Amino acid sequence: MIARLFGFHGGIKPDAHKNESAGSPIRPAPIPSRLVVPLRQSTRATSECLVVPGQKVLKGERIGAPEGVLGTAVHAPTSGTVLEVVEHHMPHPSGLDTLSVVIEPDGEERWIEHGPFDWKERSRDEALAHLRDCGIVGLGGATFPSHIKLGTGTGIEVLILNGAECEPWITCDDRLMRERAADILTGAQILRELIGAPRLVVGIEDNKPEAIAAMRTAAEAMGTGIEVVPIPALYPAGGEKQLIRVLTGIEIPYGRLGGEFGVQCFNVGTAHAVYRAMSFGEPLVSRVLTLTGNVDQPGNYEVLIGTPIEDLLPLAGPRRADTDRIIMGGPMMGFALPALDVPVVKATNCLISASQKLFPTPPPEQACIRCGACARACPAELQPFELYWHSRAKNFGKAQEYNLFDCIECGCCAYVCPSHIPLVDYFRFSKSEIWSREREKNAADQARERFEFRNWRQEREKEEKAAKLAAKAAETRAKLAEQPAAGEGAAAAAPAAEEDPKKALIAAALARAKAQKAASEPKNTDGLSAETQAEIAEIDRRRQALGLAEGAEPAPDAAPAAPAAPDDKPAASTRDA
Amino acid sequence: MIHSPYIRKPASVQQVMFTVLLALVPGIAAYVWQVGAGILVNLAIATTVALAAEALMLRLRKRPVMLSLGDLSAVVTAWLVVLCFPTIVPWWVTTLAVLVAIVGAKHLYGGLGQNPFNPAMVAYCTMIVAYPALMSQWPPAGQLDFATQLDLILGGARNLDAITGATALDALRTGLRVGEADVATLLQQKAFGALGGRGWEWVAGGYLVGGLFLLARGVITWHMPTAFIVALATIAGLFWLVHPEQFASPLFHLASGGAMLAAFFIVTDPISGATTPRGKLLFAAGVAIIAYLIRNFGAYPEGIAFAVLLMNMCVPLIDMKTQPRVFGHREEKP
Repeated sequence: MIARLFGFHGGIKPDAHKNESAGSPIRPAPIPSRLVVPLRQSTRATSECLVVPGQKVLKGERIGAPEGVLGTAVHAPTSGTVLEVVEHHMPHPSGLDTLSVVIEPDGEERWIEHGPFDWKERSRDEALAHLRDCGIVGLGGATFPSHIKLGTGTGIEVLILNGAECEPWITCDDRLMRERAADILTGAQILRELIGAPRLVVGIEDNKPEAIAAMRTAAEAMGTGIEVVPIPALYPAGGEKQLIRVLTGIEIPYGRLGGEFGVQCFNVGTAHAVYRAMSFGEPLVSRVLTLTGNVDQPGNYEVLIGTPIEDLLPLAGPRRADTDRIIMGGPMMGFALPALDVPVVKATNCLISASQKLFPTPPPEQACIRCGACARACPAELQPFELYWHSRAKNFGKAQEYNLFDCIECGCCAYVCPSHIPLVDYFRFSKSEIWSREREKNAADQARERFEFRNWRQEREKEEKAAKLAAKAAETRAKLAEQPAAGEGAAAAAPAAEEDPKKALIAAALARAKAQKAASEPKNTDGLSAETQAEIAEIDRRRQALGLAEGAEPAPDAAPAAPAAPDDKPAASTRDA
Repeated sequence: MIHSPYIRKPASVQQVMFTVLLALVPGIAAYVWQVGAGILVNLAIATTVALAAEALMLRLRKRPVMLSLGDLSAVVTAWLVVLCFPTIVPWWVTTLAVLVAIVGAKHLYGGLGQNPFNPAMVAYCTMIVAYPALMSQWPPAGQLDFATQLDLILGGARNLDAITGATALDALRTGLRVGEADVATLLQQKAFGALGGRGWEWVAGGYLVGGLFLLARGVITWHMPTAFIVALATIAGLFWLVHPEQFASPLFHLASGGAMLAAFFIVTDPISGATTPRGKLLFAAGVAIIAYLIRNFGAYPEGIAFAVLLMNMCVPLIDMKTQPRVFGHREEKP
């Protein structure tokens, strides 16, 4: 089937550097001496720790339970012993820590009991829950939970399988497609049925002819009308929205999901993980990644999640002297690792050893000459130089007006800028400022709301009190008017009440208090046996003798009504004893 | 810490400016061939003054001098100033003009990238208002030898009537104003060549070649030159069709004066011009129309410089109103 291709605006063609590692088949990386599995695998949700230090775990055993709507489970990548559950650096530009389970592998790779999940027999919800419990997230780098993406699946026309891999250097998806095309397509078919999409289109950049051929062969063997479409190698063609645009012509705006437009997109690695989860019941405990850059033996490895990156790097040969940092992801959107003891996570698709020769520090920033090269390169069709201008001036409102948040941070603008302006950094800065201001504003709004509510409540209570008082006063007045000479106190209060209802109220309240006081004699001295009363009298006598009870009358039946004097305590405890 | 992207296209402001200078070479070569080598003396003077003024201003503004001096933007400004001026203009006029451009129009507004007006056009307008006589003494093509030109530039006696002549635009304009003849008759005069001014067609051709080179190298986009040429041709064509004896043909207007220089090198100045695709079309078309109106109905024979400055003023509004649709946004932003 010949599909019509659409273009997207802008894009760039940096040197692909795929040849370094594309020829190297996927090999399993050795099991490291220690695995550090972060409980936060998806950036949007953490999972709840299910293990304790010292506990033995099996390969695939769940160590983190999904938390929240966007949560997915986390599993032990191999069998071994949990050493500790600690805060550990995670591979994130911030270098922040996250709760991680440290496992010492026993090297036996003993699996939990697992078997195929019969998704055809079970309900769709059960299948999605199975994917969540297998920890399946998008392996293209964003680690969005796959079951959520599938969950929007009504009215999906096209399921797109993303095999574009447009970032330079990365070849893990290329290798996966070359070597496990049938598995990927089996996984994709499962996704397709779960999402209910009539069409399944695989988009692969045309600089991967072997992958295209392998996928085509597998698709023909399956014979279910899967379209394998080569697309022009133009970064960022692998961006989800760009790929959807190229293959279907549909443009998905910022903040909207493909599902709303009848199209959904999954990475080929994700489809492979879905296949393993459904056909074997295997949770996601490893992934394929590329080791490349300034190394002697670039290659692709199947790596256990949690493998420390410093253990992995020697696989590509000894570290060269001029390697100055390790970049996770591609050179366009990746980031330099803050430390090398960080583990491989589900998002780790590539580790590039960087050197000044490969990735030189850009020359100093010069003035923007408004040449518009950035605008011509921007796949989101923004005007980056305008955004830069407003970001620089900290005019964030204006930056938002120019659709700052439509920026996908692909880096095309910074790549082409002749003035070497790190445009993306300006946009990241603006976005984070806007977010933090938004948070501050929300916090302030909440504080104000709380304050206003408190004021309103106090006001209401005051009004209620006043209303109550007024009602009471009216009642009292009516009562007084009915029985002008009821009792001694009331008789005294009656003339005053006629003059001043307030005074009458006070008098009434006093009377009530008096009655209450009389009624509220300590209950524990009521109805006691003569023996006990004698005992109490004896205690009181002793206390008086000691001068403890001040001004207390010796009469035992008129013991002080309010006992709260601290002096009472020893006496009370004596009594209890 | 350096963030992604970690790779950059090997491009620089210096390269962009160098490409522009390179693109001006065919025009300059035609100039030397047809009019004389005097232009080279003026180019040398202007370049020196521009670099000195730039260095001084950067120093005063406490900016990295060598970095900004090396971007060649001052040289581009200097060359454009010279190419807009009569070749035999005295050295001090050139010096003054370059100072106006670099110090006034560029650095007083905040340096490279900040100037709202095209510096070369500011210089041209200042000088033509200040020294209208000197600024309208154009040497006829191939009439003056280099020694005479050098003498005039460096300040010899200026016995001007004998050696200078009206430009094609000027001759046409004056002739029509006096009312002595129609366009067809006037074009028979020796100031006119096959298309525009005698010999000047070659210079215009040189700019066209350079402009196409800029387009091929991606330094400029097609929008501005196309809009400028189409708009100038359209408005000239309309008047010409209605009154051929009163108005010159579109081809004459395109080949005369600074039309080709403007189409590829002046309106395309990215800093002071519009930036959105539709904005560029509007901007360049606006310049062409205003220039035509000044040429035919204004007080000056050539109107491009004033037209550019007038349109420069409209740039913020044009850009604001012509923002392109952002990816995925279906409805146009107001």
